[in-house]
Amino acid sequence: MSVFIRGISALKVGEHWNRSLRSLGAEAGINALEDASLSTVDAIYVGNMCAPYLQAQSHIGALIADYMGLSGVPAVHVEAACASGGAALHEACKAVLSGEYNNVLCIGVEKLSDMPTSQVSSSLASADDRVFSADLGMTFVGLNALLHRLYMHHFQVPPEKIAELAVLSHAHALNNPYAQYHLKLTVENVMSSPLIADPIHLLECAAISDGAAAVVLSREKGDIKVIASTMSSDYLSLHERTDLLSFSATQRAVMQAYKQANLSPKDIHIVEVHDAFTIMGVISLEDMGFAKRGEAAELIEAGYFNLNGELPINTLGGLKARGHPVGATGIYQVVDLVKQLRGDAGVNQIDNAIYGLAQNVGGIGGTVTIHILEGRC
Amino acid sequence: MSVPRYWRMIPYLHRLVASYCENCSKYYYPPREICPRCRNKDLKNVDINGEGKLLTFTVIRSPPADFESLSPYIMGLVEVDGKIRVIARIVDVEPEELRIGMSLEPTVRRYRVNGKDGIIQYGIAFRPLYNNNT
Amino acid sequence: MKPKNDVGILGYGAYIPLYRIRAEEIGKVWGKSSSFPIIEKAVAGIDEDVITISAEAAKYALKRADISPSELGAILIGTESKPYAVKPSSTVLASIINSSNKILSADYEFACKAGTEAFQSSIGLVSSGMVNYALAIGADTAQGRPNDNLEYTAASGGAAYIFSSFNRSDMIARIEYSYSYVSDTPDFWRRQGEKYPRHTGRFTGEPAYFHHIISSVKGILEESGYSLNDFDYCVFHQPNTKFPLRVAKKLGIPREKIEPGLLSPIIGNTYAGAVPLGLAAVLDIAEPESRILVSSFGSGAGSDSFIISVLDSIESKRNLAPTVQQLIQRKKYITYSLYAKYRDKISM
Repeated sequence: MSVFIRGISALKVGEHWNRSLRSLGAEAGINALEDASLSTVDAIYVGNMCAPYLQAQSHIGALIADYMGLSGVPAVHVEAACASGGAALHEACKAVLSGEYNNVLCIGVEKLSDMPTSQVSSSLASADDRVFSADLGMTFVGLNALLHRLYMHHFQVPPEKIAELAVLSHAHALNNPYAQYHLKLTVENVMSSPLIADPIHLLECAAISDGAAAVVLSREKGDIKVIASTMSSDYLSLHERTDLLSFSATQRAVMQAYKQANLSPKDIHIVEVHDAFTIMGVISLEDMGFAKRGEAAELIEAGYFNLNGELPINTLGGLKARGHPVGATGIYQVVDLVKQLRGDAGVNQIDNAIYGLAQNVGGIGGTVTIHILEGRC
Repeated sequence: MSVPRYWRMIPYLHRLVASYCENCSKYYYPPREICPRCRNKDLKNVDINGEGKLLTFTVIRSPPADFESLSPYIMGLVEVDGKIRVIARIVDVEPEELRIGMSLEPTVRRYRVNGKDGIIQYGIAFRPLYNNNT
Repeated sequence: MKPKNDVGILGYGAYIPLYRIRAEEIGKVWGKSSSFPIIEKAVAGIDEDVITISAEAAKYALKRADISPSELGAILIGTESKPYAVKPSSTVLASIINSSNKILSADYEFACKAGTEAFQSSIGLVSSGMVNYALAIGADTAQGRPNDNLEYTAASGGAAYIFSSFNRSDMIARIEYSYSYVSDTPDFWRRQGEKYPRHTGRFTGEPAYFHHIISSVKGILEESGYSLNDFDYCVFHQPNTKFPLRVAKKLGIPREKIEPGLLSPIIGNTYAGAVPLGLAAVLDIAEPESRILVSSFGSGAGSDSFIISVLDSIESKRNLAPTVQQLIQRKKYITYSLYAKYRDKISM
């Protein structure tokens, strides 16, 4: 039995002042159903991280089903911090593979712009240990900054090279009408942007935003097949990690995914890597086997991962430039892969791409999901 | 901020108390009920004293709620007595003076003041060694 | 007052925060350029308070006393800058140093003599046999009203003392006598809910500081039969540089006996920490068999005096923790703007 992607949708990422959480989620769901030529589904999985904290709203599965006009359909909220989208998708895949459901809708939705930045920061920090990290004043950017500094020290890589990932993401978003930012960046721009948590600069961080995206998974044969869906967890925070400069959850999830798909890193044609922060993207590329330890930044700088490079990544802007509405991101990544595999990526179309991989990271690597898609030949 | 939640963790925040697994000779911090390596449920509370080694650090310039008045402040990952790692504030020093690998010593500081009328939360911070009679 | 059973100091510890601000730096902001009451003062960091200062001092006192914190029977903190108006600082300190739950703990207030109040009670508890070891601390992070004279001197710091009966052979010093003299003299006060205290200018001199210290000293000399010549060192409360020197002169005490315990010129007035720190500075250098006269002053008003004789073990113990001079030398100067930020003078 296999799982196919039958429909997709994604709203432009941005500050949607006039849209509520339920409105964003419902629209993405309805549009995906239309794309799938369906009027209903057998189950709904909603990926979201911050609604209970920032919107004081729980029970989001039933909420979104209700406002899509699909009350009666079983619906559940899936949460795994910034990997909520990937985790929801993983659950949805399993639901179809179980044989219980024929068509399943998977929505990622996030609304962060309603609260002041310090509250959003506090909410995002709950991806980390609340008592022994967040409540001590550590922020999520701060956690990444700890790794960024250690990485540079250990591998002797200068900050400018790591900043190149932000430049790449922005270059790739220029021709994506749905991207949050259409702004060409240089390394200079990045390095002269304000420091948020030394050594991380503002322009190395995906911005706070709202968004919603959805996919419809189906048992019925179609053009896009999900050939791997895996998930792994790691110690929540950094205290017990054996190797601070790699995420073992990425390594485990990706190894299992290559096994499921019967592929190796060199078979992948396009990748959506989790670049919430430049350092996270850099470490992730190495963890997935697309660069040797300590060498990813070098390859980025050399153009290896550009649209016309050996292995195009984040072809429509990635988290940094397409946008990172936290809990929805995992779905956005898969939607962007599907656009490529369907031939709908516009100016940024990668020809002859068959295998696409999406990596979604929760927290500082506490959860990682990997999805590998196969497009038509 | 929950008073009972803070109160429950006071022994582990005012002092560095780790969970020790005698089977594995491993110390865990934050504290836990079961050893992740050997599944031993009989972990002992052990006070960790001694010097800290600075593994890495950052300067927080965009603080979360309730930490605005402290900004900017230094947060580090510190290995203590070779046994555990803690995420802690680094004090009495400027960022330029810090080096990965340098030795630090623990001290107690106010970590968070909950507004004008909430409780004050204390915890262990680290500072450069005095290097005399300590 | 003479303790029925021998009581001594088993250990002591001091703490002075890292930061200093020069009086002339404060003067620049308010348009004053000369005749400052002190040179510079110690400033608590933004995340320090009486509890954290007490914790530092207590840990050093435990080191010198060489006892486990679980052996303490009492923890008493004297301060006028309690972090909470209602909630004892001493229970938080007990948790930090890991003492047992079975202790008498209290916070004392008597303006600048709150620390020596804690001493008095500790002496009573120990000599009565009610507790074996008592930890008494004087510490403050008192606030100076902006552009007031006291802003130049209000400083942060403290010292801790562990008192014990003579079942230990390693006592540092013996408490021979203590005395206390009080009267209702409102020279300086702070009303509930107010951030800064009020003081009465020159009235804080003769009728307050000088009268009470001199009365207390005369009282302890009468009761003990000692004369001022019997003392090698004298430690007086030190709100500024002039007052302690002047009271010494009035009593006929030579300047050299005051100087080792006179810290306020370079760390400011640490309020309830002042006399405890001054005494610690003397213990850091005093020879065995020397005798120390200590006299504190608390506004409102009163003075505690003590006669303390130094014992042999001081020599092996004084270097087990930082000395006051080492703490004084550990310093970093800050500007008025940082000082205002650290001392919560900026409305947020």
